Amino acid sequence: MKKDSLIASPFMLWVLIFTIIPLGMVCWYAFTDASGAFTLANIETIGTYWVYLKDSLVMGAVATLLCLVLGYPVAYIMSRASWGAQQTMMMLLMLPQWMNFLLRTYSWMTILENNGLINTLLGKIGLGPFHMINTKGAIILGMVYNFLPYMILPIYSVMEKIHESLFEAARDLGANRFNTLLRVVMPLSLPGVITGITMVFVPSVSTFVISQMLGGGRNMLIGDVIERLFVGAAPNYNVGAALSLVLMVLILISMAIMKKFDDGEETGGLMM
Amino acid sequence: MSENIISLKNISVSFDGEVILDKLNLDIKDGAFVTLLGPSGCGKTTTLRIIGGFQEPDSGDVFFGSERINDLPAHKRKLNTVFQRYALFPHLNVYENIAFGMRIQKKSESEIRAKVDEMLKLVSLEGFEKRRTSTLSGGQQQRVAIARALANDPRVLLLDEPLGALDLKLRQEMQVELKRIQSRLGITFVYVTHDQEEALSMSDTIVVMNHGVIQQIGSPIDIYNEPENGFVADFIGESNIVDGIMHADCDVEFCNTRFECVDTGFAKDEEVDVVIRPEDIVVVPKEESGLRGTVTSVTFKGVHYEMYVDVPGEEEEWIIQSTVAQEEGKEIGMTVDPENIHIMKKYTGDYASDIEFA
Ligand SMILES: Nc1ncnc2c1ncn2[C@@H]1O[C@H](COP(=O)(O)OP(=O)(O)O)[C@@H](O)[C@H]1O
Ligand SMILES: [Mg+2]
Repeated sequence: MKKDSLIASPFMLWVLIFTIIPLGMVCWYAFTDASGAFTLANIETIGTYWVYLKDSLVMGAVATLLCLVLGYPVAYIMSRASWGAQQTMMMLLMLPQWMNFLLRTYSWMTILENNGLINTLLGKIGLGPFHMINTKGAIILGMVYNFLPYMILPIYSVMEKIHESLFEAARDLGANRFNTLLRVVMPLSLPGVITGITMVFVPSVSTFVISQMLGGGRNMLIGDVIERLFVGAAPNYNVGAALSLVLMVLILISMAIMKKFDDGEETGGLMM
Repeated sequence: MSENIISLKNISVSFDGEVILDKLNLDIKDGAFVTLLGPSGCGKTTTLRIIGGFQEPDSGDVFFGSERINDLPAHKRKLNTVFQRYALFPHLNVYENIAFGMRIQKKSESEIRAKVDEMLKLVSLEGFEKRRTSTLSGGQQQRVAIARALANDPRVLLLDEPLGALDLKLRQEMQVELKRIQSRLGITFVYVTHDQEEALSMSDTIVVMNHGVIQQIGSPIDIYNEPENGFVADFIGESNIVDGIMHADCDVEFCNTRFECVDTGFAKDEEVDVVIRPEDIVVVPKEESGLRGTVTSVTFKGVHYEMYVDVPGEEEEWIIQSTVAQEEGKEIGMTVDPENIHIMKKYTGDYASDIEFA
């Protein structure tokens, strides 16, 4: 017991400095007005900003879904490849991540612009130009591009642990590739999928860099709104903190639903 | 019973340039309990995987009945496997593990339920339907693996050291039970083990393998009583194996003593291996035999005493099993009935080190 608390105390200090105090400050700003008096008015402004919040949630969800659809097969192929091939694929996957996040996103601007790389190439064969930059599609593309590895990695790490003998057992019992995927790989990779969804959804919903660079300020997300309330021309820390709090609560709720889904599967297996 | 259900013809396999199976030929009769027996690494699992369709041979043909199945994928073969480490699906409970194959065949729920019930009864696991496999003991997991494989109504069941991870008592129980299941269902069992006692007590036919080559195929009694070479003799139970010289038909010399035997057909003065089972040695007063030695140790083994005897001029001590104990340090004489002296062509390998692996 004593040993536990000894080990725990640096952790508690860490939590205090980096979690409790900042969170306390956010709450304090969210529930006070400029003079420091208690108020619910900040929270109530969410009505005004609801449209941005809704856009963020929808676009985050679409990006997460796309990451899942694109990432799942990649994770599967990676997990079944030879060890050497797995290392190479992992390397290729991580390589762009070592480049600066802003730089990576910025490069998409030059690709998608009206006179950017894609339209130039399409122009050569007499197509376009297409309007791609500063659209919701461009923002979603940016999210998918930046966060896809966070979908692939957790799914891969769960799949990689599925023992080869389970694949053989499934085949032995008459399952072809599709049936093995459906009845063995998918259920066993579910925890990785849940982690992946969380790891992509949370940063997608709260991003502001991607929407600013690829959305051109015309497709504001809740992250942009909050950022402006803190560093914009007319800062309002109180409303900004309130919106952050609401966003946080919404993310917590969606994570709780996901968790419930995961646990439900577990007990479902037990009950059947 | 007399038709061959599985035939392997000239099967060869190499891994990384090393020959694992060398032109292996094997016929397995429909309804038989056939055991592949041999030291670890001799190619038993590889042979089983070739039959199951999990390993392609470099050359040679695999037949199921009269049909060549080399190109038939594993999931289409009418046989099932009990894997060495069970390989139960961790996300499914006992019921769903057993139902797995039938779900793929899209059988009706009532049909599945009836079959699962039947299988659970067969392996004595009634009432375990809803248990997670991770909450089961090793023996229970093994039973689920057997039930799951049998639920598909295979013509042939492949078992790869299925009892290897169980303790001795449980193993013996499961041996009896597997034998019972096999005779009740009347299907073919191809069983892999490195345990000779297990092979002797369960099999109709034993296939003794070493270094990817079949050493002998026969009934347990044949294999035990008439081993074809020193490797088989030594691997199947303890044996005394000494160098001998065949002077003429039925006339062999070993340990500087002439003996009458029943073997014929060797060249004059051919060097041979002489194999004598420990229980076939008769202890007599030292004056009555030219084969003498000094008892170095006596151990009580339950039914008999096991004694080690130092014979002058022999590298290894002789093993004797007898219901009568001798005194340690006593000099004794030993005789062997002619029919208990087994003469074999010299085995060029080193069986002591071959068997070490097992
Ligand atoms: N996939 C493989 N790659 C390389 N070597 C293998 C492979 N499978 C088996 N071997 C080798 O083949 C030999 C025979 O293996 P195995 O059939 O498993 O033997 P047993 O089941 O009799 O113990 C061993 O030396 C083993 O190391
Ligand atoms: Mg093996």
